Amino acid sequence: MGHGPAVKLGKDNAQAYKSRLGVYLFIVYTLFYAGFIAINSIKPSMMETVIAGQTFAVIYGFALIVVAFIMAIIYNSLCNAAEARLNK
Amino acid sequence: MIYTQSPLAIGLFFAFVIFVLGLSFYMARRTTSSEGYYAAGGNIHWFVNGIAFAGDYLSAASFLGICGMIATAGYDGWMYAIGYLAGWMVALFLVAEPMKRLGKYTFTDALDSKFNSKGIQLMAAISTLVISVFYLIPQMVGAGVLVQPLLGLPHWVGVCIVGVVVTIIVATAGMASTTYVQFFKGGLLLVFTAIVVGGVLFRGLSTTPDQGGTKDYHAFQTLTAQVAADGSLQVNDPAFAAAANWKTDVYGTAGFVKLVSNGVESVWKMNEGTAGIQLEETLTVNTLADGTKLYNGAAKEDGKFFAVGHIKELKVNGQDVAQTGAVGPLAYLSAIKDSTVVLWGKKYLIDGGNHVEVYYQKPTAGSRLLRPGLKFKVDNAAPIDKFNFISLMLALFCGTAALPHILIRYYTVPSQAAARKSTIVAIAGIGFFYIMTLFLGLGAMTNGVINITDNNMSAPLLALSFGVVLFAVISSIAFATVLGTVSGLIVAASGAVAHDLMDNFLGLHMTDHGKVRAGKIAAVVVGGIAIYLGIIFEGMNVSFLVGWAFAVAASANLPAILMLLFWDKTTSKGIAASISVGLVTALGLILISPDMWVRYGLLPNDAPIAFNSPALISIPASFIALVVVSLLTQKRGAEVTEGAEA
Repeated sequence: MGHGPAVKLGKDNAQAYKSRLGVYLFIVYTLFYAGFIAINSIKPSMMETVIAGQTFAVIYGFALIVVAFIMAIIYNSLCNAAEARLNK
Repeated sequence: MIYTQSPLAIGLFFAFVIFVLGLSFYMARRTTSSEGYYAAGGNIHWFVNGIAFAGDYLSAASFLGICGMIATAGYDGWMYAIGYLAGWMVALFLVAEPMKRLGKYTFTDALDSKFNSKGIQLMAAISTLVISVFYLIPQMVGAGVLVQPLLGLPHWVGVCIVGVVVTIIVATAGMASTTYVQFFKGGLLLVFTAIVVGGVLFRGLSTTPDQGGTKDYHAFQTLTAQVAADGSLQVNDPAFAAAANWKTDVYGTAGFVKLVSNGVESVWKMNEGTAGIQLEETLTVNTLADGTKLYNGAAKEDGKFFAVGHIKELKVNGQDVAQTGAVGPLAYLSAIKDSTVVLWGKKYLIDGGNHVEVYYQKPTAGSRLLRPGLKFKVDNAAPIDKFNFISLMLALFCGTAALPHILIRYYTVPSQAAARKSTIVAIAGIGFFYIMTLFLGLGAMTNGVINITDNNMSAPLLALSFGVVLFAVISSIAFATVLGTVSGLIVAASGAVAHDLMDNFLGLHMTDHGKVRAGKIAAVVVGGIAIYLGIIFEGMNVSFLVGWAFAVAASANLPAILMLLFWDKTTSKGIAASISVGLVTALGLILISPDMWVRYGLLPNDAPIAFNSPALISIPASFIALVVVSLLTQKRGAEVTEGAEA
């Protein structure tokens, strides 16, 4: 058949924890992204509001990119800690 | 017309191509097994794989398409970048580690890991092939676009060069060479894009964008006119004359007027106000009945068709200024927000047997172009427009984690943790790049460098405004971008044919050497198809085309991947049904969409449907198919026996 990983993987006791954590963080980010689409669909003029010298659209857009990176770092840290704890 | 070739640019281009080919032949000597060919032996370092991810992902769509769309439609172009980046969160949180855990060479392996089902093997392989070919189209179009200014060769030659070079790369060393080409290119792209953005900020903004004093910007003319008692149009400049039927001809009814000066026809945008009639200069491309194209009434080589992109009124801290000088990134955005920028609208007219594209000026407040709404109809939008917008954003969000050439990269690293970490490196690199695209696009918009007939070249032409060296490097990297992404796609497609279809579905049980050979033959065939499609889709925005590829991937693959991972009742027949329904629905809706109607030479309003992005229908349809079929096939015996039944 040829299925299965290309390299041999060890047992990962943190798999369930990481999967659950991933789902929670995915929901948080999806809501953040959905908010962006919702504002653009329901009240697009709000995106032209100026906050701290920039349009709300620019701020929200930057936030979606920066928050993605921050959440990725947090996820990786928690996964690393779980792997160290559960795969001793 | 807008650009000329330079020996330096040509030399650098060929140096890149030779380097890439050399790397491929070097890697080929180390690639003898199918693990090596399809998964680079599974031992690539996570950082290298992360940058290679960025290299794969920052394709022609990102570098050429997004920048071009921002340059002509402002923030709406950046929406693609936001959607593309957000899609990586689906990949990181839900897909990365399970893909690594379950698969071997292709994403079909992961889908089929629990079932051993012929149905899944067939449908997933077809899906991979279709998505790869769909994604290949914009890459090939991008290649053709790049080669025109760089080498002075026609579009189709560029497409053929990429097709042949990439097929050689893939047919020699597969995933190993593709990975290192992507790593190299991804790194260079980030560094040199940052240099161009630095140049944009250092130059600042100006109402007369003379590209650092090296090139005068064409000052677009405005004429005045009035209607005489006999109904004729009297232009105040005696060099110009309007036809007697100026108000009722095809131009007049569309808000334009055709003038003749010294035997040369030109089209002007008519603005009627209290001060009388003002006529603004436009740009036209007139395709005559015999196929000849006239650019502003003259041959292309005559240079009558100008680059565009300028600020009409520049304001800093509420004061009108002529230029800003060097500014920081936030001050740059702030100055654009407070100013008025000239964007360009487009109208198609049919004048007798001639097809005329008219590009006209649209002065736009900066605050409007730094929010959505110029390309996507979101203000006072009809429900169908909102549907189109939401559907596109959904496709971008869901598409990344379903792209075959992205998914196979999870098999090149040694562990699940490495898969996760490489995804984070990718998010960092891609996020940084997408922030820079906003400045690249706005830089092109305000520096008088846009070729309005094909905005895909905006970023390289912006680089050209800083000198031919930067243009040569950026264009070569952009070309390498296309090479790398096309390589990844062809590896994915050849894996689908050789591993999924021939080895697994047809049960040919090839030797290891036979699998590699079959993959190489498949690569050559897919490369040929890509060349053909790249030629016929010339002129479409590459990011727009990628939006379609994302919609097809998100509809065909993502529901199956997610439900396999998170719903215990998923069956093999449910997965096969989900892929089929997603694929057929997304493709079917695209083929009858208004934009495809234009490709068929018909009017977009005559298309059977009014939207272009199918994801909002096809993704739910795919989920529903999976759930319904899975529930209906729960009691058909143990899943592990299905492979034998099929």
